[in-house]
Amino acid sequence: MSPDRGGATESGTGVPAPSPVKIIVSGGFGVGKTTMIGAVSEIGPLITEERLTVVSDGIDSLTGVEGKTTTTVALDFGRLTFDQQQMVLYLFGTPGQDRFWFTWDDLTYGAVGAVVLVDTRRLPDSFGPIGYFEQRGTPLVVAVNEFADAPHRYTPAEVRQALDIPGHVPVVRCDARDPRSAVTVLLTLVDHALTHQRRAEQQSHCIAPGASA
Amino acid sequence: MTGPAFLVEWDPAWETYDAEEVRPYAITGGRTRPQHSMRLVTLLKAEETARVQGVGPESARAVELCRDQPRSVAEIAARLGLPVQATKIVLSDLIDCGALVIALPGPGVSDHLQVLEALRSGLEARLSDVA
Repeated sequence: MSPDRGGATESGTGVPAPSPVKIIVSGGFGVGKTTMIGAVSEIGPLITEERLTVVSDGIDSLTGVEGKTTTTVALDFGRLTFDQQQMVLYLFGTPGQDRFWFTWDDLTYGAVGAVVLVDTRRLPDSFGPIGYFEQRGTPLVVAVNEFADAPHRYTPAEVRQALDIPGHVPVVRCDARDPRSAVTVLLTLVDHALTHQRRAEQQSHCIAPGASA
Repeated sequence: MTGPAFLVEWDPAWETYDAEEVRPYAITGGRTRPQHSMRLVTLLKAEETARVQGVGPESARAVELCRDQPRSVAEIAARLGLPVQATKIVLSDLIDCGALVIALPGPGVSDHLQVLEALRSGLEARLSDVA
């Protein structure tokens, strides 16, 4: 599938490894994160366990436990290999438990960006993820997953207004089950990240990326 | 869970245990941190001469997984059915003994803008594939 590499594949050490990149798929519980990952992944969505830091959200009962603790959460992910580009993209879903707030810093570190899926029947679930990525300066796209049984279809503009999403963050509609739709969302995210990056490089060649307030 | 936790050397009897019943700390010998720093998407590949004798079944399987193509830490963890942290310790030992190496990308894509552009063209190609 990659004829341009010719004989270079003879020796194991001569083959450059692909560049690994990652995109985070986030959103509330049951919003379709695993579905979207499965729709585009070339491997069945895999699950592994990772330790993440948990912060009590205030209502729950970590009373007396000051600050943070770590817990093991299930993390699902998928993979897309681009032979021509010598690149392999990993999509990681953020853990969907809604009782605790996880700090995803480790997971998000080095990510190209994040897709925040929104279910219009449960808009408040997306506040946390959107705020998190905004605050970190991670390029993000808000994708409204159109559930077939949703009573009403909201326009992206309505969703933007309801969630008070800043003007520079793209808001799109999608069907998380549909590979074409899911890839289109990823393309929107990468375009947005490219714009973000080009602007950052134009503004200054001296300031490190991610350092802006 | 007493038996497997005390095994320190390779013992064929190990194979008779159901892997799911072996606690991660038994596989890592009680260690909680890997020597080599790795992230979820760090890719590893097997050295061509890597031999998998005299190591535990998780290590042997990890090396096999990395033979045909570089694999990420996340994927190896998922396929071994081990937590990421325990997997990193297993992989770290395999790096130390020369069976695995961290697979560094070629010089083609170096800065972030190039990475994004390559990713974009990859996704575009995928979009026409699924059309």
